[in-house]
Amino acid sequence: MANAERRVPIESGCPDGIQYMHPVMRENFGHWRYHEDPRPGVLRHVAHSGDEIWTVRAGTQRILDLFTLRKLCEIGDQFADGYIRFTIRSNIEFMLSDGDRVAALVEALESNGFVVGGTRNSVAAISHTQGWLHCDIPATDASGVVKSMMDQLVDEFRQWNMPNRVHITTSCCQINCGGQGDIAINIQHTKPPKIDHTQVANVCERPSVVARCPVAAIRPAMVNGKPSLEVDERKCVCCGACYPPCPPMQINDPEHSKLAVWVGGNHSNARARPTFQKLVAAGIPNNPPRWPEATAIVKRILKAYQTHAKDWERINDWVERIGWPRFFELTGLPFTKFHIDNWRGQQKSLNASTHLRF
Amino acid sequence: MKSHPTPMLDQLESGEWPSFVTGIKRLRDTHPDRRIRETTNDLLGQLEYSYETRKGYWKGGTVSVFGYGGGIIPRFSSVGDLFPQSKEFHTLRVQPPAGNYYTTDILRQLANSWEKWGSGLVTFHGQTGNIMFIGANTKNTQHFFNEINEYGFDLGGAGPCVRTAQSCVGSGRCEQSCTNEHEIHRRLVNNFLDEMHRPALPYKFKFKVSGCPNDCMNAIERADFAVIGTWRDDMQVDQTEVKQYLSDKGRQYIIDHVISRCPTHALSLTDENRLEVENADCVRCMHCLNVMPKALSPGKDRGVSLLIGGKRTLKIGDRFGTMMIPFMKLENESDYEKLVALAEETIDFFAENALEHERIGEMIERIGLVNFIEALSIDVDPNMIVHPRENSYVRTDQWEEEAQKWFEHHPNDDPSADVA
Repeated sequence: MANAERRVPIESGCPDGIQYMHPVMRENFGHWRYHEDPRPGVLRHVAHSGDEIWTVRAGTQRILDLFTLRKLCEIGDQFADGYIRFTIRSNIEFMLSDGDRVAALVEALESNGFVVGGTRNSVAAISHTQGWLHCDIPATDASGVVKSMMDQLVDEFRQWNMPNRVHITTSCCQINCGGQGDIAINIQHTKPPKIDHTQVANVCERPSVVARCPVAAIRPAMVNGKPSLEVDERKCVCCGACYPPCPPMQINDPEHSKLAVWVGGNHSNARARPTFQKLVAAGIPNNPPRWPEATAIVKRILKAYQTHAKDWERINDWVERIGWPRFFELTGLPFTKFHIDNWRGQQKSLNASTHLRF
Repeated sequence: MKSHPTPMLDQLESGEWPSFVTGIKRLRDTHPDRRIRETTNDLLGQLEYSYETRKGYWKGGTVSVFGYGGGIIPRFSSVGDLFPQSKEFHTLRVQPPAGNYYTTDILRQLANSWEKWGSGLVTFHGQTGNIMFIGANTKNTQHFFNEINEYGFDLGGAGPCVRTAQSCVGSGRCEQSCTNEHEIHRRLVNNFLDEMHRPALPYKFKFKVSGCPNDCMNAIERADFAVIGTWRDDMQVDQTEVKQYLSDKGRQYIIDHVISRCPTHALSLTDENRLEVENADCVRCMHCLNVMPKALSPGKDRGVSLLIGGKRTLKIGDRFGTMMIPFMKLENESDYEKLVALAEETIDFFAENALEHERIGEMIERIGLVNFIEALSIDVDPNMIVHPRENSYVRTDQWEEEAQKWFEHHPNDDPSADVA
């Protein structure tokens, strides 16, 4: 490295967001009274002082090119005094102190190909991982799955058709960096890693690979006189965690990596305690570029939820009320032995009662 | 430059949702800088190859800037001979401002820097909360970092270290906010920059801050150290607004969607159309406040709850954070110092006691919550549990001392005090 580059970093950490905050928000910091939802994608917050801030939310493609980012900045300058923020689902939000400019801003966003919505009881933008674009253990492409699915759900993003908000997430492996959602589309590797024994000793720190395995299925071994690793394939849960520290343990498989759908994750404390998502469908083909089978299942679940849930019920609240037998009946999804937990703590999910649903 | 054909990716350009493929192609076809055109062309080539073969082709490695050990996700292509211009395609994780607030001016400045040194692709934000500047080669990572670091941006965490934090929109806009999320976020993270920039912990450690129990940051599930705003006095009720909701929505709607949805049956609607709250039963779940934001507000005695140990699947399975400190005031300098001190003790204990690649929640599960709270001198609290133990295998030979400790902290609960 050249001397010019041996620059000592300024360890400034997290920048202060207040400097980038709309002045009306700064002035009323901590003194907001209530909010209203004038239309999908638009929020109106009113402060105790009587000041208002209007927010317009639009979905983005998440992987932004600089042309798109600059277009969003241009729209922000023209209509929203240059104040914007992003949500954790990669929506962009423009803040305005004047409600009169909202309609023009919505129009400018829509005419430039952005979709306004994602508030209240809509299907929010899908948060997702990097997939084939950048991840090192992706069994599928998260961006492509999300683009395909949001094309089908765009009206649900634009409108308030659901009983409560629906958060969808996509993860390109079971480690599940994409997080949980009311509906989560995750890939499952379904076969143990294939080991290139000629490479293991050169590339992998074997004890740390052994330590990574959640089920102690990996053991040191000598193969053809060279130090390597072996996998007890009966124990292996095909999680892929061994691949990043040891790329010769190839987990990616074009044939045997399948999508799975999970439902009922809800991290909010509203009503019941937070819940994790539960497996409802697996073995779904990993079928680029549009993954139609996965989208069809998601739409089927959304339809059943929309038809049968009560106002304000999230998917987990709805299933809790109607019960899992009825969920599988209403969605037409098969119930299999794979839906029965066999991990530690499994007993908590078993029915130790005569509470039955027929 | 000859473009790689992308017949499968092309199919992701139709449809109404904004297309990432169209965006990358725009860089490839119209960006004035030849380097960006060639890089994005080869990136699309490799991505198309992944679509055809249904496999990923990125490997990790080691890339960092001078002075730091982490903050960059190194990516080297294993099909780099086919797509040489995107052979090195690293992501710089950059910490966003607290609350993800930006002006268009600062976004343009970041865009200009990235145009000089990177691929032109960026994500606001990755799942941990970083701005992801996706696609720099090894040499340019240093240049890009130098430039943005000069005007106030710093790398986040990657690897076994304190990670970039997230905080919600919070007090800047939200009427439910019970605390100053931004202040908490910056105090916590900026106190641990050494632990962030020089990865030396057993595994990742994440802070997230949500202003209320709606937990829009998903802190309870994805943060090792979750700070969630709450209140401990009575919920504020504006009875005039209650009557307005009743007249707008109808009595039946309010009964079905507010009163009977209360998880602890703490609400009732009187014949005079007053909303009565049995505050001792309220668990601050937020549902009724969400339905009637104009009529109901958090109480005035506000602070935060701390939950420790949330995480996703790897390695023992999913865990939510465990309630550790039910209520803590955060009003003055000494309150904030206490919070930071507790985070320091937590991280120190984690660093000394967790196994390699073990999150703090997994460590607590392995050693037991009691060992953890005793090590950190955190008092026991019934809010830490859903119910007391069911398993009868327990030694209780120090019962008297422990009971005494409880009454020292809760003298009003001691039945013997009445007798005396």
